[in-house]
Amino acid sequence: MEVPVNKFDYQQAANTHEASVLVTGNDRANFIAGGTNLIDLWKYNVTNPALLVDINRIKENKTIEEIEGGGIRLGALVSNADTAYHPLIEQRYPLLSSAILAGASGQIRNMASNGGNLMQRTRCYYFYDAEVPCNKRHPGSGCPAISGYNRMHAILGHSEHCIAVFPSDMCVALAALEAVVNVSDANGTRSIPFEDFHRLPESTPEVDNTLKHGEFITSIDLPSNGFSSNYAYLKIRDRNSYAFALVSVATGLALDGDMIREARIALGGVAHKPWRVKAAEDALRGKPVTETSFEQAADLMLEGAQGFKYNRFKIALAKRAIIRNCMMSLHPELQKPGAQP
Amino acid sequence: MAGLSVGKAINRLEGRAKVTGAAKYAGEYNVPDLLYGYVVNSRITKGKIRSIDTTKAKAFDGVVEVFTHENRPKLAWLKLKYKDIDAPSGSALKPLHDAEIKFSGQPIALVVAKDYETARYAATLVSVQYEAEPFETCLETNLDKARDQKNAPKPTGHFEKAYEKSPVKVSAEYLHSTEHHNPIELFATTTIYEGEGKLTIYDKTQWTINNQVYVANVFGLHFKDVRVLAPFVGGAFGSGLRPQYQLFLCVLAALHLKRNVRVTLDRHQMFPFSHRPPTYQKTRFSANNDGKITAMNHIAVSETSEYEDKIEEVVSWSHRLYPAPNTLFQHKLAPLNVHTPLDMRAPGASTAMHAIECTMDALAYKLNMDPLDFRLINYSENDPAEDKPFTSKELKQCYEKAAEKFGWRNRNPVPGSMQHGNKLIGYGMATGIWDAEQYPSRVEAILNKEGRLEIHNATTDIGTGTFTVMTQIAADELGLLPEDVIFSYGDSKNPFSASQGGSSTTASTGVAVVMAVKALKAKLLKKARAISNSRLKKLEDDEISFADGNIILKTDDAPLISFREIIAANKGKEIKTTNLGKPHFLKLRKYSKATHSAAFVEVEIDRDLKTINVTRAVTAVAAGKIINPKTARSQILGAMVWSISKALREETILDENLGKYMNPNLGEYHIPVHADIHDLEVIFADEKDEVINELGVKGVGEIGMIAMPAAITNAIFHATGRRINKLPIHFDALM
Repeated sequence: MEVPVNKFDYQQAANTHEASVLVTGNDRANFIAGGTNLIDLWKYNVTNPALLVDINRIKENKTIEEIEGGGIRLGALVSNADTAYHPLIEQRYPLLSSAILAGASGQIRNMASNGGNLMQRTRCYYFYDAEVPCNKRHPGSGCPAISGYNRMHAILGHSEHCIAVFPSDMCVALAALEAVVNVSDANGTRSIPFEDFHRLPESTPEVDNTLKHGEFITSIDLPSNGFSSNYAYLKIRDRNSYAFALVSVATGLALDGDMIREARIALGGVAHKPWRVKAAEDALRGKPVTETSFEQAADLMLEGAQGFKYNRFKIALAKRAIIRNCMMSLHPELQKPGAQP
Repeated sequence: MAGLSVGKAINRLEGRAKVTGAAKYAGEYNVPDLLYGYVVNSRITKGKIRSIDTTKAKAFDGVVEVFTHENRPKLAWLKLKYKDIDAPSGSALKPLHDAEIKFSGQPIALVVAKDYETARYAATLVSVQYEAEPFETCLETNLDKARDQKNAPKPTGHFEKAYEKSPVKVSAEYLHSTEHHNPIELFATTTIYEGEGKLTIYDKTQWTINNQVYVANVFGLHFKDVRVLAPFVGGAFGSGLRPQYQLFLCVLAALHLKRNVRVTLDRHQMFPFSHRPPTYQKTRFSANNDGKITAMNHIAVSETSEYEDKIEEVVSWSHRLYPAPNTLFQHKLAPLNVHTPLDMRAPGASTAMHAIECTMDALAYKLNMDPLDFRLINYSENDPAEDKPFTSKELKQCYEKAAEKFGWRNRNPVPGSMQHGNKLIGYGMATGIWDAEQYPSRVEAILNKEGRLEIHNATTDIGTGTFTVMTQIAADELGLLPEDVIFSYGDSKNPFSASQGGSSTTASTGVAVVMAVKALKAKLLKKARAISNSRLKKLEDDEISFADGNIILKTDDAPLISFREIIAANKGKEIKTTNLGKPHFLKLRKYSKATHSAAFVEVEIDRDLKTINVTRAVTAVAAGKIINPKTARSQILGAMVWSISKALREETILDENLGKYMNPNLGEYHIPVHADIHDLEVIFADEKDEVINELGVKGVGEIGMIAMPAAITNAIFHATGRRINKLPIHFDALM
């Protein structure tokens, strides 16, 4: 596959509207904020933008503030680090802080934007190696991961075309918190429920999410309930930092004494999007906070899970991780950075 | 007065230059009119290049030339003698030689341009058509194709009979993954074209002279016209023992274009490269009920390339520790479509001792014995394989000191019996052994006009502390402060040094420094005595000594004559001598030489999730005299971190369908991060060795990572009752 001449245009957008207008009609245009993923992909010849629209100069979308109804709005251009350490987030959405701080490294979190976090692409080896087939990179070329080294790959929601996983930690918490993604383009704005933002690969794995061309993430809304009394984020990976999740779990519980009033559980590292199963959460409603309850929920979450040669362990691991994390959420005082499960 | 510097934990002399960025590495020498090369690597694993079209790349603005096998210069200077000094048997890779592809990522073209970015981009414009052929890259599925090697020690006694008869026996199989050296400094060469056939080359190497010889041989140049410099090396771990492909390509371009050229490899271009070979091992050990080992069988099958037979010392180690009367050893090589493996820290031994010491642990359990007691029952003061005494062996002291520090005797031997909350605790131990090699080395010692001591040798300092340690040795020998010694190294123009490999440099060049300074002292004394009315004329050699730039009287430290006066009497000229340091071959023939170590490790394993952490480790090392406890400790600490890496993290992942490595970057090639490293403690045993060499040194480095991977594996067994013999151990193997 020949790479076209590596010339590209660079423009700075003054505001959100201009950013959308600049990319309209150009399918090789990319927004750039922190660039922590796009630059890698570019260097590896996985992507090749013809136009780079720098959105860092935009004055909007750079704050974290309270919104009507008791929620919080996270500006898309606020860095992951500033989000994780923001007093409102630390106090009211500690699950989100924990998840962000489990990802990447300090340096990367300083650069990476909240909008960009949602737009990360998979870390599948085969996607990153431009010399081998990949349906996500070159639709129809095949998926060598299915018969290859698939330790990091999906056990849920995969298709015969793609078994890649979505790598974000932050988004696992956002899924559990039922965040809403606010987007805009030249014609207006809309809001996308978090569960509808990322998609499963099906027969079009090249499409990661439901954002339309020209649409721009302006902010992410967090509903008022941050589950700050009972929450936990657990990330299991091949080393203790700077590695993507093999399995991660975000749990938020609302309790009435020892009974569960509401439960949120999302899994990372297991599918093409953060994995939530409403039936599992519903089943926990009114149940006691016991390992047995969480085990039943875990079984519901993992229904239909199917592993491959090198990642079958993830099914058992995910089950144990869900149970452990839900039990951990009963002791949020242990959820300080650096705490071991 | 200058005190003794040897034995003091002085700071690394080049530390400031390194942390401030003043230290320059091979790819950082900016010379005028520098051109930049970028390598094109093969996309197929085996086959042929049907066609290679460089038209577009050549036409791209800023591109100077594109070298391929088709237009490779066929000039008189290309002599095609590719075997470097460290090459194993076989025929070395000849980059751009012909259309044949022997491994994925083989270099097939070099794009040379006015800047790096242009060269890198134009490399994507080179269009290659391949004729792919079937390949084999997987060791596990090619074990039956392995060829027997002759390097294994001869059998002793009757293994099969003895094993059969023995009441207690253990048999196990081990599999280790490929590992890449991955020094942080990228491989790079800057070649300065000095005119007709003359080159100055800044290269990333552990052996300036090997690369000088290689370049001179391949390109038909005079040795003296090729100067290879490596003043700073940002880690190498063995990868710099042989010339890597960027050196050949860079020199080829510089000679042909008669220009200064630099070639720097990307990280992923350092994967179709030298590496530690994946190895399969099988052991069968047996013992009597009293714990005495009766028989040992160790078979290893390791990967090599199809064009060179790289073979490590793997199967010989058990018999250098344990006196079994019946032994049977075998080493086989499986040639696969990969580049030739190369020594990587503790080559062979770190592989072998993992299998040996895990087998020993299993045998101890079958005997119902404490693993340390079992080692002590089989302790040998002599080298059982050679039936010779060691020049020194303080392994017992290592066991005792490390066990005491670690608290080994608090261990409940029952697997899974020690718990802390939801963590299973495991204690494991293992033994290490490594050669104590010394190679001939030449040193030039100069008393310069300022009365300072200059020492010249071709050795490198790959981050081990050689610069500092040699300075200390030289300073003490002439009675100077380290700041009055100038050690010049990393330059092939300097007198000969062997490679900086195998933890041999301190002994090799260190002894040569001693010999040269001793000779210099004799010369100074002779010159001093030649001065009329010199008081020295009446004094015997043993009545005088050297201190603070003077020759002094031993009885009262009174200066007799200063170095400056001697220089003045020498008409103001410097005084120099060049001498060889070499092992005492005849004397040493009666001895075996080795460093030893003992490692004790604590692991914590999550009861449900099975995630593994090495929470504590103690390594005790017996390596003769320690010249600088600080740099030596750093060597062992680094090796202990690497042990954690080898046991739990590090592997090059090979996709056997594609025949290529899939994690060629430091994001996915997992080495430990800070959060993986907890309490590490280093102990140096007091080991006096008056036989081995003038300094009593053995060298540290490799010895730090030979015992610990097995100790970790044994600790995991103690915590869980599960023996996982495939490295690295993925925690899910315990699920």
